[in-house]
Amino acid sequence: MDVRSAIKDKLGNKIIDWQEKSTRRSYFSIKKEHILETVKLLFHTLGLRFSIASATDMPEGLEILYHFSFDAAGEFYSVRVIIPDKAHPEVDSITPLFPGAEWIEREMWELLGINFKGHPNLKRLLLSEDWPEGEYPLRHKDES
Amino acid sequence: MSHKVIVPIGPYHPLQEEPEFFQLYVEGEKVVDIDIIIGYNHRGIEKLSESKHIDQVPFLVERICGICSSSHPYAYVLAVEDILGGEASVVPERALYIRTIIDELQRIHSHLLWLGLAGHFIGYNTVWMWAWKYREPVLDMFEMVTGNRNNYAMFKVGGVRRDIKDEDIPVLKKALDDLVPALGMFRGAVMDDPVIQARLKNVGVLTKEQAIDWCVIGPTARASGVNIDVRRDEPYGVTDKINWNVIVEKEGDIFSKTVVRILEMYESVSMIRQCLDKMPKGSIDADIQDIPPGEGIGRVEAPRGECFHYVKTDGTNRLIRHKVRAPSFMNVASNKVAAVGGTISDATITLAAVDPCYCCTERVAVINKIDNKKILNGWDLIRLSQEKTQKLKLQKR
Repeated sequence: MDVRSAIKDKLGNKIIDWQEKSTRRSYFSIKKEHILETVKLLFHTLGLRFSIASATDMPEGLEILYHFSFDAAGEFYSVRVIIPDKAHPEVDSITPLFPGAEWIEREMWELLGINFKGHPNLKRLLLSEDWPEGEYPLRHKDES
Repeated sequence: MSHKVIVPIGPYHPLQEEPEFFQLYVEGEKVVDIDIIIGYNHRGIEKLSESKHIDQVPFLVERICGICSSSHPYAYVLAVEDILGGEASVVPERALYIRTIIDELQRIHSHLLWLGLAGHFIGYNTVWMWAWKYREPVLDMFEMVTGNRNNYAMFKVGGVRRDIKDEDIPVLKKALDDLVPALGMFRGAVMDDPVIQARLKNVGVLTKEQAIDWCVIGPTARASGVNIDVRRDEPYGVTDKINWNVIVEKEGDIFSKTVVRILEMYESVSMIRQCLDKMPKGSIDADIQDIPPGEGIGRVEAPRGECFHYVKTDGTNRLIRHKVRAPSFMNVASNKVAAVGGTISDATITLAAVDPCYCCTERVAVINKIDNKKILNGWDLIRLSQEKTQKLKLQKR
């Protein structure tokens, strides 16, 4: 199965840009509205393994990369979503699709302040209970 | 059910890493729910890493875990080398061999450590003592090659920091030869013992579907029939130039997890032997000067599963973003399904079966579902577990 063309085929023009950084590393951007559909396609239809997600505070917004691994071919697909609204960042939670995403969404929520809509258990994972509300350690202060 | 009752049990010990707090909700003997609370040791390493020079970061990430302390720096340098065009195109061949030797030595020492603890939890204290006894020569090999028993400081972007001396190679081979009979002893002691089988088979089962849904990795996934191993799927070092097998079991119980780890140690011994034989002469460092702007992902099969590092650079000598995901982050969460439905006396070994660090069980509290009072602490649970084995032994006589 050629996962690369299957993704391009199924998502079509929902893919904003596609970068091949090497034979094993593909990054593609989508709009945040399409995240559930994309994750369903990658995880359930194509059977990729969810490796992890990583969020970064960028000048243009908060960027989330959802990393999926196609282990049978050793390929790695990273889905990029940019949330421009830094004051109220919000995106659909992928935890209802499969439980393996629960912890990392909680982590991104507390460290970067991204609200995951529909997350069943959005509470602190790493930070202590007396950590001040609204302080997000991985936000870059000078830009926000 | 109120989740407000949080009873921290066990001493906080600075020598233990990865403290986790498991709150078991029980009805009689049966575990009905489990709350996993982590973050006690959140040290902000991702943030700290952004303030370090790219070449200093390996020393920092090496200290994330004392047991798999080569996996993190290895995954990190792979991520940076991913920006430069990939490990194979940057790193000299001899350094690739040395990297694989260190990585596999670490797997042996980590699996032996786990085997000992698992033995202790089910009341086989002889297995504990012996496993740790035979782990010592592995640490001695590390000391000989790297100068350290732990936190080896071997990895750097573009190569390794120390070479393996020619005169050390026969000594290393002798140590490996001595290790194989010890592994054989464990293999026999665990796989043929009816009490261990009765104790570990069909306990803490994680089915293949659950393993996929919870995204578990490493031996935890391979014991459930999920055939993944980064060393084969995305070769790094020289894992594609030597012969070895991925060990996969189907049952998903603790016995399978034990078998996977024991058999993997044989593979690691064989891999190190082949590396020592095939290692070419030459430079061990490519002397990389500049890291261009870009983003890279590094993946390493740590003893517990895929260790993931993501870095983003902007052309300066610091990182903009460094994301670290240790394998236990995915594996520990799966206890939510593996431990629920079992009995309390099986809880310690089930929680330990994914191979988190052992301090996890020291933070266990059992809460009686009816009146919400704490009834057992971590040591009580180990005692319960050991007593169960004792009873089984008497029955088998």
